Amino acid sequence: MITAPVAWNDVAPETNTMAQTVDPQPQDAPADRLLAVAAGREVEAEVHESVFRESPVVEVDRFNLWYGAKQALHRITMPVPLNKVTALVGPSGCGKSTLLRSVNRLNDLVQTVRVTGDMRLNGDSIYDPRMDVIELRKRMGMVFQKPNPFPMSIYENVVYSLRIDGERNRAVLDEVCETSLRGSALWDEVKDRLHESALGLSGGQQQRLCIARAIAAEPEVLLLDEPCSALDPIATGKIEDLIQELRGRYSVLIVTHNMQQASRTSDYTAFMYLGRLIEYGATPDIFTKPVLRETEAYVTGRFG
Amino acid sequence: MSSEHPSRRRRSSGHTALTAHGEPWVWLTAAALVTAIAMIVGLLGFIALRGVATFWPVPLELVRLADGRSVLAEVTQREAAAPTSGSAAGHPARRLVRTGDFDSTGRHYEWIDDPAIAEVSRPEWATVVERLDTGRLHGIPRRMLHGAVTVAEGPAGVWHAFRREHPAARNRHRTIAGIDKHERGALQRQLRAARLAVVQAGLDAGPGSPAQAAAEARERSVVEAVAREEKALDERTAELAAQNAGWSVEFDTAAGGTMAVPLDAIVRAWQPNRLSLLGNVGVYLSRWGEFLADDPREANSAGGVFPAIWGTVAMTLIMALFVAPFGVLAALYLREYAGRGPVTTAVRVAINNLAGVPSIVYGAFGLGFFCYVVGAGIDSVFFKASLVADGQPTFGTGGLLWASLTLALLTLPVVIVATEEALSAVPNSMREGSYACGAGKWQTIRRIVLPRALPGIMTGLILAMARGAGEVAPLMLVGVKKLAVELPVDGTFPFVHPEREFMHLAYLIYDVGFQSPNSQAARPMVFTITFLLVAIIALLNVAAIWIRARLRRRFVTQQF
Repeated sequence: MITAPVAWNDVAPETNTMAQTVDPQPQDAPADRLLAVAAGREVEAEVHESVFRESPVVEVDRFNLWYGAKQALHRITMPVPLNKVTALVGPSGCGKSTLLRSVNRLNDLVQTVRVTGDMRLNGDSIYDPRMDVIELRKRMGMVFQKPNPFPMSIYENVVYSLRIDGERNRAVLDEVCETSLRGSALWDEVKDRLHESALGLSGGQQQRLCIARAIAAEPEVLLLDEPCSALDPIATGKIEDLIQELRGRYSVLIVTHNMQQASRTSDYTAFMYLGRLIEYGATPDIFTKPVLRETEAYVTGRFG
Repeated sequence: MSSEHPSRRRRSSGHTALTAHGEPWVWLTAAALVTAIAMIVGLLGFIALRGVATFWPVPLELVRLADGRSVLAEVTQREAAAPTSGSAAGHPARRLVRTGDFDSTGRHYEWIDDPAIAEVSRPEWATVVERLDTGRLHGIPRRMLHGAVTVAEGPAGVWHAFRREHPAARNRHRTIAGIDKHERGALQRQLRAARLAVVQAGLDAGPGSPAQAAAEARERSVVEAVAREEKALDERTAELAAQNAGWSVEFDTAAGGTMAVPLDAIVRAWQPNRLSLLGNVGVYLSRWGEFLADDPREANSAGGVFPAIWGTVAMTLIMALFVAPFGVLAALYLREYAGRGPVTTAVRVAINNLAGVPSIVYGAFGLGFFCYVVGAGIDSVFFKASLVADGQPTFGTGGLLWASLTLALLTLPVVIVATEEALSAVPNSMREGSYACGAGKWQTIRRIVLPRALPGIMTGLILAMARGAGEVAPLMLVGVKKLAVELPVDGTFPFVHPEREFMHLAYLIYDVGFQSPNSQAARPMVFTITFLLVAIIALLNVAAIWIRARLRRRFVTQQF
């Protein structure tokens, strides 16, 4: 459990002190950035101007996270634009998933996790001690790496978040079920067997069901944690098409290992490395004219 | 085979193939499995064979011995000759026969040496008579009497008359027994209730108080009413008994005498040497029917075991009712809520150790705690009158409730361990999925974790029920009795009497086999009761497994 989710102001001086102790390095020498990061030195993130022109739905504000004694996220500061698709890319272990799971505070479930800094969802502090984490999670939807439909019918899976809110009105449930399944492009495939077990669906269908479940409660932000990593190319294609359709209606934060996927589906891309944000900007810029050589090396597959 | 060119390629040889494929291990593991299966099948087969055969009619043989004695008996076992070796005395070929004149010989079984036999025959009219008491009678029908009048004579005539008159006489006898058991029992309970009300009034308002006087007046009126009803019952039973009086059947016994048996004292009679297959089946089913549906007779060695069946099933189900919620909740806390640490580990170790505590220890605990502490407490608050009036504890002694609770404690570790296993088998991704939907911890447990773990929990419950239903030792301390014909459920308020003592099949096996005065005669019953016990446990388990299968089908998991 997180013992004390602390407001940013309380920890600012400490973090600043840490920053000052860092060995001053010529930050304009891009070739050395990754080495500097690996050596544990502070590196300024290269955040493009275009990101700040969007209105943010989630603002990550100097966010640090530790698993026990090991720091997994270092001073992440990034806005997530409203109604856009934002991709988090980076090599394994760079903290993409940790960052994603911090947005809906799923990391609270891990006993050894400790955080400083803050995130804001539409202006509300996520790590405010007064924030009810259950109410917070109701404002977000999340889809995991492996499809995890619940052991119940397709219908009940989709309306799960309404059920736990005590919604009993059949008409409301039916409507939400249909809208969400249509939204996740699954309706035509399952409309005749809504009351059969969700575990009988194929992996790709299960994942789209999980997306339907995530959008059923009209989330303010949709968190996708490598949603295609357990799927075959055809199912992956369908999920990517779906993300294209969700774009503009939902704010999506997606973690992916697949550079093509990031370039195809996202509006903005953030490159992370060893728990630090390295470069963040509009997807075309990141993939075609990144500021940093390291980013270019990574997105073109020359490292990582 | 060795390779001839000096290369470093790996050589192929027949031996390596053998060890690589592990052929001998396959055989070894298969042999272990076969042994296990053979033991189970052998055990169940033996019990089933002996248990099922008990009620099948066996031909009666008239054995004339060289010394002039005759025996009319069922042959139950034959033995080959055994030569004398060292100190052990040998015997010639011999047979064990079940004789039918316990009255005169005091024995049910007898060994007959083959060389001593002069002649063996199967008389057509040889009859097995099951009597209400003193066991069976083997004989040939001679006369049927009604008072001094001979109604029928000769085996065929008597048999015909017997078939005509017996059902009615038997029915009248059953009616009398029913009146004695139910209606007179109810009257006795009314008397007792009235008397206890007087004592209670004395306790509440003090002796000689108006309240007690009123209660005494009520008791007097109850006594009068009961006496009136008793009289009416007496008349009814006397009338029925009069109709049965005088009817009797006379049999020639093999010893040469005659034996008269009152008609209503005959439970059932059959002539095994005349029976067709259908007739055999009829007798067989009729005896099974009595066995399953009737109260026991003759110190449990004959008649039925219905109260024991009832007790076994009721106790097992009540036990399951207690242990299931209790065990599941405990396991839920341990797995879902309790933090990981030395305390949790210690609790877990303690639970595992509890599963290994000898069951008699639970029996002693049940007696000492449930009966003598909880039960005595209940008695002193709610049933003081009974305690004062005749020093008779109500809950303060063994009973169905305490036995079920004791067994629930006994099986609790099994349920907790199995439930914990089932809970830990629920993938964390499901819990996370639920949390991500904004569900709280309890909502996640109730809607996701429990349904998913239910089949595993059921497995634990099945194991617990199987263990509990077969336990004897603790029950002997907390409420099982040799004979308890009054079921814990009946027509008198409050209809359910969980404090009553009860019968149990497993204890009945022990009692009939080793504690009965004529345990020899009851030996076949031991196997039948054992068979029944196994069948009932199997039935309970099959029911639970069926439920589990249904749950599994609902939550079928699929790999991709």
